[in-house]
Amino acid sequence: MTKLQSVTSLKELRENLKNKSNALSQTGNPQSTIQVKVTMATCGIASGSRPVYDYMQQELSKRNIPARVSKVGCMGFCYAEPTIEITMPGNKPVMFGFVDIKKADEIIERYIRKGEVIDGVIPINYETA
Amino acid sequence: MAKQIRIALRNCGVIDPEKIEDYIARDGYMALATVLTELTPEAVIEIMKKSGLRGRGGGGFPAGLKWEITRKVIADQKYVVCNADEGDPGAFMDRSILEGDPHSVLEAMTINGYCTGASKGLVYIRAEYPLAIERLKTAMSQAREMGLLGENILATGFNFDIEIRYGAGAFVCGEETALIHSMEGLRGEPTVKPPFPSVEGYLKKPTNVNNVETFANVPVIINKGWEWFSSIGTEKSKGTKVFALAGKVNNVGLVEVPMGTTLREVIFEIGGGIQHGREFKAAQTGGPSGGCLTKKHLDTPIDYDNLIAAGSMMGSGGLIVMDEDDCMVAIAKFYLGFTVEESCGKCSPCRIGNKRLFELLEKITQGNGTMDDIDKLRNLSTVIKDTSLCGLGQSSPNPVLSTIDNFIEEYHEHVKDKKCRSRVCKSMMQYLVVDEKCIGCTLCARNCPVNAISGERKQVHFIDQVKCIKCGACLEKCKFNAIIIN
Repeated sequence: MTKLQSVTSLKELRENLKNKSNALSQTGNPQSTIQVKVTMATCGIASGSRPVYDYMQQELSKRNIPARVSKVGCMGFCYAEPTIEITMPGNKPVMFGFVDIKKADEIIERYIRKGEVIDGVIPINYETA
Repeated sequence: MAKQIRIALRNCGVIDPEKIEDYIARDGYMALATVLTELTPEAVIEIMKKSGLRGRGGGGFPAGLKWEITRKVIADQKYVVCNADEGDPGAFMDRSILEGDPHSVLEAMTINGYCTGASKGLVYIRAEYPLAIERLKTAMSQAREMGLLGENILATGFNFDIEIRYGAGAFVCGEETALIHSMEGLRGEPTVKPPFPSVEGYLKKPTNVNNVETFANVPVIINKGWEWFSSIGTEKSKGTKVFALAGKVNNVGLVEVPMGTTLREVIFEIGGGIQHGREFKAAQTGGPSGGCLTKKHLDTPIDYDNLIAAGSMMGSGGLIVMDEDDCMVAIAKFYLGFTVEESCGKCSPCRIGNKRLFELLEKITQGNGTMDDIDKLRNLSTVIKDTSLCGLGQSSPNPVLSTIDNFIEEYHEHVKDKKCRSRVCKSMMQYLVVDEKCIGCTLCARNCPVNAISGERKQVHFIDQVKCIKCGACLEKCKFNAIIIN
């Protein structure tokens, strides 16, 4: 990482990063990919999100599904931990709760691959500033 | 419209907390850039004051005013402290913010340093939060590498760096003077205010102490403007509050709602109602310093002042929901037990008074209380509130007072009828064998851990009330419903 020497360079960096991140979810964009976010705060890890994170990373690449798996902080749905959020390019993010390895497999095979509606979706009930 | 608006939690669960790029892509450090290049410290303080942001750690002191006081004191060195000593049982919003969005806190502390004239920041965090500490450290080193923390930030000539100080997890160290003493390596005990830390704090220098959640709001206020922030909330409480929704509610979780949202909306709409379709009884807010809200408060808009008026307080935002299975006397005793353990022992009202309160509550829950004891509880509570040194003692009797105020009939039942309607206070319960139903299978006797059940095979059994420890094993094992609780 290089030191930012001015506000302008910070703004440039932000625009670059914003464009990159927007491109991830745009349909048709060569940069676009499936985004998988796994909740990895202390609480998420305690309820078993680490194996889910590892599984998603390994299995998606093993099954040749291009995806970006990242760990994020608390999503706020303690009652349904571990939770993961999937964003298919061009679609709104969908959040799944009570995800274990078995559920993760189902999500990959049925939701990600075939776009089927499956159980375990948590309604996102908030707006973000 | 969604009931929740996430401001403090805007990035939690969205960005990778270990990647500064994720934060920057969501306008991270833009507020700092604006502040350093376009605004004077006074102008930033004015924005904070106009936004109406109040301290989210519990007290609700206007943040902008605190910043201004710290700024006005003349000193060669000042400090910014982030209070991450989250101690309320059941509250975890500060940990979630630090684990999910550490940069927002670092950015806000740096802005605060610019405003108050401090070049050094300290995060006081409990050592029990290892992941939060790790992510905070990662964030700090990334920010330094990118020139967003440390010397000559964004080449503007402004210097500000942050260090971490570890706490051992004492509840009283969330009180700002005790926190400062703990950081200085002294015993974590509070001192009388004034002088306030803003005037004389860490190493006797002016010190601006704000809570994690308060800081997390700051960058958004700068980016979106005070007008936007102050349009959310109630007249005297602006913005949103994060609550750790716990207890007998279906959707346990971390929620962020605009100030002025009612308890009913939080519990029944966001929280999905009470577990197993049971009846709502009370909600405890503010942890050991707060009180209980009841059915009659369900439609009261939640803000700092309404909670105080209802005999509770905002506290750090723990919200524990209770149903008919919770005994309010036992709840008061539970919180008092916590306070007794956590009292630092410096002042006698808190050290001795709370202990006596606890003993009185114990007496009542054991079925030995008198009506006189209830009056004593009330009087002693008032004395402790009025005479304790710090916020811990001044608020510790709140659970007692608010349960007496709202659930006096339960206290009366415990005292007069020796009865606990929620069947929580075991001393008042009797496990009895129903003679007509007992077939003498001996299952209960074989499972009783203290051999309190006697009886021959095919004969009616008998429970020795002196030996019985009320564990409930017999009730659970009996296949003939022959055991009842009296």
